Amino acid sequence: MNTRFVFVGACFVLLALFPLVSGSYGIDFVTKIMVYAIFALSLELLVGATGLICFGQAAFFGIGAYAAVLLSPQSDSPSLLWLLPACVAAAAAYALVVGSLSLRTKGVYFIMVTLAFAQMAYYVVHDTPLGGGTDGIYMMMKPVLGKLLDLDKAASLYGFTLACLLLVFGGLGVLNRSRFGRALAGIRVNEQRMRATGFSTYPYKLAAFTVSGGIAGLAGFLFAVKDGFVNPEMMSWHLSGAVLIMIILGGIGHLRGALIGAFAFALLQELFKSEAIFGAFAKHWHLGLGLSIIASVVFLPRGLVGLPQQIRARLLGAKNTGGATP
Amino acid sequence: MDFSTFLIQCLNALQYGLLLFLVASGLTLIFGIMGVINLAHGSFYMMGAYMAYALAPIVASTFGGGFFSTLLVGVVLAVLLGYVLEWAFFSFLYEREHLQQVLMTYGLILVFEEMRSLLVGDEVHGVEVPAFLSGTLPLGEMMTYPVYRLFISGVCLALALGMYVVFTRTRLGMMIRAGSANREMVQSLGVDIKFLYRVVFAAGMAIAVLAGMVAAPVSSVYPGMGDTVLIICFVVVVIGGIGSIRGALLAALLIGVVDTFGKVLLPQAAGVLVYVLMALILLWKPDGLFKAA
Repeated sequence: MNTRFVFVGACFVLLALFPLVSGSYGIDFVTKIMVYAIFALSLELLVGATGLICFGQAAFFGIGAYAAVLLSPQSDSPSLLWLLPACVAAAAAYALVVGSLSLRTKGVYFIMVTLAFAQMAYYVVHDTPLGGGTDGIYMMMKPVLGKLLDLDKAASLYGFTLACLLLVFGGLGVLNRSRFGRALAGIRVNEQRMRATGFSTYPYKLAAFTVSGGIAGLAGFLFAVKDGFVNPEMMSWHLSGAVLIMIILGGIGHLRGALIGAFAFALLQELFKSEAIFGAFAKHWHLGLGLSIIASVVFLPRGLVGLPQQIRARLLGAKNTGGATP
Repeated sequence: MDFSTFLIQCLNALQYGLLLFLVASGLTLIFGIMGVINLAHGSFYMMGAYMAYALAPIVASTFGGGFFSTLLVGVVLAVLLGYVLEWAFFSFLYEREHLQQVLMTYGLILVFEEMRSLLVGDEVHGVEVPAFLSGTLPLGEMMTYPVYRLFISGVCLALALGMYVVFTRTRLGMMIRAGSANREMVQSLGVDIKFLYRVVFAAGMAIAVLAGMVAAPVSSVYPGMGDTVLIICFVVVVIGGIGSIRGALLAALLIGVVDTFGKVLLPQAAGVLVYVLMALILLWKPDGLFKAA
């Protein structure tokens, strides 16, 4: 229990100190990873805490991002005070609609239905001129908070993203320990029994789905502000797949798994893209990424979070509890 | 829209729907029988299309050519590849959770895409319609309809019929159906269930590859084409009811109609229509049209 707190605390301290030693490339890169970490945490609430495998999380991410650009005025900096809540609300609203429909289904249906709803959102921005079609649109002026905070500055954005990450991480930690979180855990473990004990499980799942959509919208907002640009690829199912992989890679069922997974995924991607290491082959970085994903399924069934335990079990000669081989 | 145009669009809808059915049937078979969500199924379709492009000249120079020999070589390759893939990757996944299946097959998509990029490049290619199927049939007074599209529909119908016969009338089909209902029981009756699964997987893959090969002259061949097909096939499978071949057929035809007529009547909303249809059907029947037993 304690080592976990120390680990997570150390992670956040390192993140807070990082800008002191890094150049602008590093700050931008880590900001991106932190945004992905928030995004991954939003999915962890569904998959890890509630046991709902959503394969359309990119839709909420994309809606948060598109809302940020579309709601911003062309010639003036929008205020963070209303823009951020509006983006989160837009994503949460779509999540409420999608959730209310897709939660009527179960298991594989749920996976595929959430995927299909995300595709629906994808085609809306892809095929209509609303958000610039396939080209996407630019965010002219970055949001500000009075004189206090100007998100156009990379360092401010870094700090703000870190604060959001901390807030989401802490918030979900509290939520998981609350009565609501315990109910979600109960649904994950045995929904039938929860219903038998008198819980109406549907509203709980819908609430989790909506909150998750809102957090994904927050991540999308931050991403749009960071890049100053959105395009339909932000809603593509590849991104839904990537974020699912982040949490699986990190370890399902642990908040820090989402954090570790986002970092591991981004670093792996960066590694395989590196021309310094792989030369001309770096163009085919998906190959390395794909193979490492397959390897992680075979060798790390519990994700990176379970790795220390797996190593310990191996060293002690105990039976490998990882269940790597059937 | 006059009558001939209407008829042409109907034939197009039928052709597209049947093609979707072919790919989706493999997806729903592999899920229904082995319980594996195979995201890489769309990649098999893409492989087929690229085979139609890349194999044809090779087959022509070794065997003296011919459209049908290319198809045959493609199917044989697909069966062999399917057999190896099942052994190397998918046999791991039967005991695993859906989540890990999603993860591993997603990894496979990335690998297949890059292999494709390495082997045949990233360009978009057209594939020529074989000469003896390149004509058109008169339809009404002014319109004609390409023979090749009718050929696609014919191939799909023949395969669908073949699958139906295999499933309901043969010993193999009986064992497959029994294996999906109770794996242990069938195994203890002396059926080599591992081999049976491998056969089903290879067949599902071969059908997807064949669909890709046959469709290539109409759809052209481009990177990422597997993704598009995969997602639409998911919709087919969800609407039809997972594991139900009958449902997949009905859903595929429905989507063929909605998509084809949507493109003509409501071009701005064509991409979304299919998903709206799915949402409406799921509101009405959350388990799809035909829930498999």
